[in-house]
Amino acid sequence: MRAARERILASVRSSLNRGRIGADLEAELRARIAAHRRNPIPARAATLDHRAQVDLFVTMAEEVQATVARVSSLAAVPEAVAHYLAAENLPAELVMAPDPSLDAIPWRDWPLLQIRRGRAHASDQVSLTGCHAAVAETGSLMLISGPQTPTTLNFLPDTHIVLVEANQVFATYEDGWDRLCARGISEVPPRTINFITGPSRTADIEQHIELGAHGPRRLHIVLVEGKQASGSDDGEQDSPPAG
Amino acid sequence: MRVALFVTCLVDLFRPTIGFAAVKLLEEAGCTVEVPRTQTCCGQPAYNSGDRANAKEIALQVFDAFAGYEHVVAPSGSCAGMIRVHYPELFVDDPVHLQRAQELAGRSWELVSFLVDVCGMRSVTTQWHRNVTYHDACSGLRELAVKGQPRRLLGSVTGLTLRELPGAEVCCGFGGTFCIKYPEISDKMVTDKALDIAATGAEAVLAGDLGCLLNIAGKLLRQGRRIEARHIAEVLAGMTEDVPAIGVPR
Amino acid sequence: MLATSRNFEARARSGLANENLQRALRLARTGFPLRRRLAIERLPEFEALREIGRAIKDHTIEHLDFYLEYYETKVEASGGQVHWARTPEEACAAVLQICRSAGAKTVTKGKSMVAEEVGLNEYLEANGITPVETDLGEYIIQLRKEPPSHIIAPAIHLVKEQVAETFRAEHRALDAARPLDEPRQMCDEARAVLRPQFLAADVGITGANFLVAETGSSIIVTNEGNGDLTQILPRVHIVVTSIEKLVPTFEDAATLLRLLARSATGQEFSTYTTISTGPSRPGDLDGPEEYHVVLLDNGRSALIGGEFQDMLRCIRCSACLNHCPVYTAIGGHAYGWVYPGPMGAVLTPSLIGIEQAGHLPNASTFCGRCDSVCPVKIPLPKMMRHWREREYAKRLTPSVYGTGLSAWAWVARRPALYHMFAELASRALGWAGSGRGRFRALPLAAAWTRVRDLPVPEGRSFQSLWAERQKARRPR
Repeated sequence: MRAARERILASVRSSLNRGRIGADLEAELRARIAAHRRNPIPARAATLDHRAQVDLFVTMAEEVQATVARVSSLAAVPEAVAHYLAAENLPAELVMAPDPSLDAIPWRDWPLLQIRRGRAHASDQVSLTGCHAAVAETGSLMLISGPQTPTTLNFLPDTHIVLVEANQVFATYEDGWDRLCARGISEVPPRTINFITGPSRTADIEQHIELGAHGPRRLHIVLVEGKQASGSDDGEQDSPPAG
Repeated sequence: MRVALFVTCLVDLFRPTIGFAAVKLLEEAGCTVEVPRTQTCCGQPAYNSGDRANAKEIALQVFDAFAGYEHVVAPSGSCAGMIRVHYPELFVDDPVHLQRAQELAGRSWELVSFLVDVCGMRSVTTQWHRNVTYHDACSGLRELAVKGQPRRLLGSVTGLTLRELPGAEVCCGFGGTFCIKYPEISDKMVTDKALDIAATGAEAVLAGDLGCLLNIAGKLLRQGRRIEARHIAEVLAGMTEDVPAIGVPR
Repeated sequence: MLATSRNFEARARSGLANENLQRALRLARTGFPLRRRLAIERLPEFEALREIGRAIKDHTIEHLDFYLEYYETKVEASGGQVHWARTPEEACAAVLQICRSAGAKTVTKGKSMVAEEVGLNEYLEANGITPVETDLGEYIIQLRKEPPSHIIAPAIHLVKEQVAETFRAEHRALDAARPLDEPRQMCDEARAVLRPQFLAADVGITGANFLVAETGSSIIVTNEGNGDLTQILPRVHIVVTSIEKLVPTFEDAATLLRLLARSATGQEFSTYTTISTGPSRPGDLDGPEEYHVVLLDNGRSALIGGEFQDMLRCIRCSACLNHCPVYTAIGGHAYGWVYPGPMGAVLTPSLIGIEQAGHLPNASTFCGRCDSVCPVKIPLPKMMRHWREREYAKRLTPSVYGTGLSAWAWVARRPALYHMFAELASRALGWAGSGRGRFRALPLAAAWTRVRDLPVPEGRSFQSLWAERQKARRPR
């Protein structure tokens, strides 16, 4: 296999009519990677103020059949979740990510909700996770894997509920990525980064769109606006680092 | 402006009226028109078949035949595209001839876009009382951006109503040698085109390329449909009385 | 995958006659272009992004050796392993070896055209391992033992009755009286049948839409989520992919992703865009324990620096297929291999040779629609023409056309002779058809007149008439 590697690289170089690149060019290419320069970004979300970005996020998410409930505080979340499950005729039980960002939610206020924390198993019908970022441009959720954010929660259950705080809404995918890098997970990213835009679907049979192909049939977003438990205003957001 | 008419093989052989219509329109636009005698073909059949050598020989002949004219105008997007877009490609490795190719390309045009974009023609003073639909021939559309200009001029023809053709931009299936090499596929494409044309309820279909028109007219006639097929130049020049629609006997 | 591209003509004819296929293609022919157009109308920057996408791919290809090595270092740094494969055999052998080491009995698969290219499923089956396709379209055709007919919608050639028939035939444990008339029911059935397969698989194999050098990541896009269940549930995740999928950074991938879904299905973004990097990390509660990338060349490196280099920009969106009047007339199986439509017409001869795939670049009118919709501006007709040039040079062009065209060119280079023939021909045909307007049949023109009439020429050539007119106008 070592031979295959050398032969392939040699074939590439021979087609390019040169040998290995020189040190200068190599340094330049490495610098290009490290610079993380953004290519031109569509104006759609990037030119809006934050409040408008949040509204755009909601509009775009609803366009792809996610449902969105807007609540004013973390305290309102348990009731919103319970009502959603009841309205969908689903049992009042869910598996939740052991994500510290979900700890501040007063689940004890709604004791009929049975909650297990951990990864998802085949028998789980409903999951609840937070997210790393929400992208206004296309109504996409950015979720990252980790010890407290298992990926199976995003795919195994039929219904996936995602908690988004308004200050997690950003304009673009690049903003979400920058936020990831800023958290210091830059050298080796999380195992799985999911950008999720609406519930699972297929159009493989006569191009009829059917929801719930293999992933969740329902994607429900609970968007928390207003003062957070952490005390920050809904008008602000964690800004990504410059550049 | 001293303009040379690039006749095109199909117009020369099948329907000279289109050539005369082109001349009339160009003269109305204030041009003096000449028809170089040493022109024959643009070389596209050879070029598209992979025979670059013959295509180049023919191109050199075109350079000579059309030297010295301010503009070269063809009543065909396909032939004009060959000269404007593909001659430079043909000589991309040949700096001497590339220069001539680029120079000729810069002054070669499809007829209707020349009239509107270069001569500034905005309307014609003819009349033709018909519901018509218009097929956008591929080369003109995609290589030469011929789209708005025919519609603009047709809009000025008294009594003419234009119904947009669904799938106007879809190929009719002519494709030069394609229709001979893959006749069943070509037939499917032209059948779909004929269906779309008939569905508009139009009495006539127009286009800027005789290859497409022979193909489309041939199909409409075979299907027994009484939809007139004409080159747009015949209509704009008011020469629809001079010759019957394509494939219709006198 | 075994190529049957030599049989293009017969297969095209059978596609044209296939009523189910024609019904299916009718939906595709109008649906895809419309949805793409609507998506693009909502993104004013789309044209600008095409140019940037082209530049990103060109830059990467021009420095592909650097980016491949950089990528490999990053894969290894994240705990993954790269297996380089020059040929389909090497790729299959690498996958088998990984599966054997993992003691795999069943393998789930997300959609991968590269896996089709190397014939992975057949190879695994021959070696006692059962691959289960999980993309709904791929699953359906796996049951029917057919190849895919489209690069993103593999079962597009089928109507729902055919799918129902297949499910009834293959899902024998289910109640035979169950209703299966609607896509909803079939979708639910597939979901129920495949869920246990996802859970039981020892190894999950996906493709990759992009490989990111910066982080050593692979990116897949799906709408179903099958690619995700395939990679996070089993112990081992294998990515089967090819060298030209590389892009330098996430930002570069983001730009191409903006082009991809819009060009493919008219969606703003695919439902699941997943970036995978290595095996699961210490402390992760789920995810694969092993991550392998099988990196295939299979002739791609040889395309660099040549007439077909631009083909390596392809991001496999399928816009060219969806807008091609030939593809939407005959369907994908006519092309006889993995990659149909305009991109297949250019890529297939590059990978399996022009002798086998000669028809593909010839079955085109060069209408140019593919070129105009390609998100990374690949000049597809131009490259098809280059294939025709190579065929001509190798004398692979059928002699009847070659002779006819040479004769035409010979006459065209002799204007006086040409004008004489043109005048003779128009007079002769004009006389033969006088009074009729058109020929229903004409010797030597059977290919034309079999299906359409041939209009009769006016009877004189333009040049002759013009010469007469000029003579008449000359002052005496």
